[in-house]
Amino acid sequence: MDAILEFAWLLFRIVLFTLLPLILLVAYYTYAERKVIGAMQSRIGPNRVGPLGLFQPFADVIKLLLKEIILPKEANRYLFLIAPILAIAPAFGVWAVVPVGDGLVWADLNAGVLYILALSSMGVYGIILAGWASNSKYALLGAMRAAAQMVSYEIALGFSLLGVMILAGSLNLQAIVNAQSGGMLDWYWLPLLPMFLIFFISALAETNRAPFDMAEGESEIVAGFHVDYAGASFAVFFLAEYANMILMSALTAIFFFGGWLSPFEGWAFLGDSWLRDSSIFWFLAKLIFFMFNFLWIRATFPRYRYDQVMRLGWKIFIPIAMVWMLVAALFVFNGIVVRGA
Amino acid sequence: MTIQEIFFYLFSIIMLAAATMVISVRNPVYAILYLILTFFSAAALWILLEAEFLGIILVLVYVGAVMVLFLFVVMMLNISQSRVSEGFVKNLPLGIGVALVMLAEVLMVLWYKNQTGIDNYPIPVPHEQGYSNTAEIGERLFTAYLWQFEIAGVVLLVAIVAAVALSMREREGVKSQSVPQQISADKRDRLELVDMPVEGVEKN
Repeated sequence: MDAILEFAWLLFRIVLFTLLPLILLVAYYTYAERKVIGAMQSRIGPNRVGPLGLFQPFADVIKLLLKEIILPKEANRYLFLIAPILAIAPAFGVWAVVPVGDGLVWADLNAGVLYILALSSMGVYGIILAGWASNSKYALLGAMRAAAQMVSYEIALGFSLLGVMILAGSLNLQAIVNAQSGGMLDWYWLPLLPMFLIFFISALAETNRAPFDMAEGESEIVAGFHVDYAGASFAVFFLAEYANMILMSALTAIFFFGGWLSPFEGWAFLGDSWLRDSSIFWFLAKLIFFMFNFLWIRATFPRYRYDQVMRLGWKIFIPIAMVWMLVAALFVFNGIVVRGA
Repeated sequence: MTIQEIFFYLFSIIMLAAATMVISVRNPVYAILYLILTFFSAAALWILLEAEFLGIILVLVYVGAVMVLFLFVVMMLNISQSRVSEGFVKNLPLGIGVALVMLAEVLMVLWYKNQTGIDNYPIPVPHEQGYSNTAEIGERLFTAYLWQFEIAGVVLLVAIVAAVALSMREREGVKSQSVPQQISADKRDRLELVDMPVEGVEKN
């Protein structure tokens, strides 16, 4: 009985401190996206619902939830309904090992990086199954594109993390962050600059965001894998995509930008300022910065051609990551970067 | 029963049921999804055995990559459902034969263990907190078994080179882009600006 109560209490805390903030962040991320891209295109963006349009996300959610879930006649109804769940489960599950502050993590796994790679590689099933179960040609084409693209970029993503593992000497995310302490010049973006760029661009491709949104490709295959989804089932796909973007931003901050560490840690002339203290504030600042980059890139670049996406992943990113892995090993070997410190 | 035992039996039951479904279900896409569930349960069992590295790698490699390609191929082929069960009766004797050999092997191991006395095998003690299976495997691979590890790596490299060599062939009558040519495209070679008088505007 005690065990059940304890479990329920844990579940309640997970919902309160991770799930709810995440969903709220997704809601306002969609609002921010429309405002930011609006500003970049000299428009105003949503401004009707509430002051400054701030209640727009809630209006959208209510609209989506009240709409009918349409099951196409020839669709495979079980897989059609399971697919959105399979898309969102990994996006939330990975947060179990993501530290948002010093010690603020649900599961402090020793193999945290592997867990992240394994779970995020599951996300592709939601998209493939959605495309296949819809039983429509556009959806299937979108699913095929997504499958090939996500499997390819997973390799580049994994390779770009090898440098981080070599420099930190650990697969534990807290240990990786602590290994970067000492101010912003000690973060891994500097010794691993090519790896950081590869990681972030691969993250764009993994989340199927512009300029790699081939899986949706609204100008050629309507809306790709989710063309037959409506109402709440579509909302879940939407939620999964934005949750994945937030996750990738958090991972970029942790692996290459020192997680919750302050950028001015070692700057003695700042005195006892709060700026030098590492806290969750810095994590959120970095998170929001990378989330903004996702939007900025979307507003800036046109969509890649599909064969060029594949070429970029396989022929450019993977070789560069392999070479830079050797360079990172040489950094450690020659003592230019002290491993794990 | 301890909580570990409950989880062990739970995952075992799911795994066995899913494995049975893989070979009995008619739709090949369902079969692959059940195979994924089997792998997932096997990974969970490994994690219960404190082999978290193997468990996570199983999910990462098989569930995350290999099965995606399986699913990809099956969806593209669109295998008709009657053809899947066509060879069932024909291949049944062979299947039973293989199953019997495997059963015999399992029984032999059990028999051998009974010869020396099952009590001679101590119950494995759980490792203390902070034990990292990942670090342990890495240390073994790069010290005691370095040669075997490197040879395995070379074998895999040969397989990669062979796969690339087999699939890289020049086909006749196929149009494909030449990337160097596209990158070196220059507007001076393609674009011509022509001066002409304005048309359709009347002077007032």
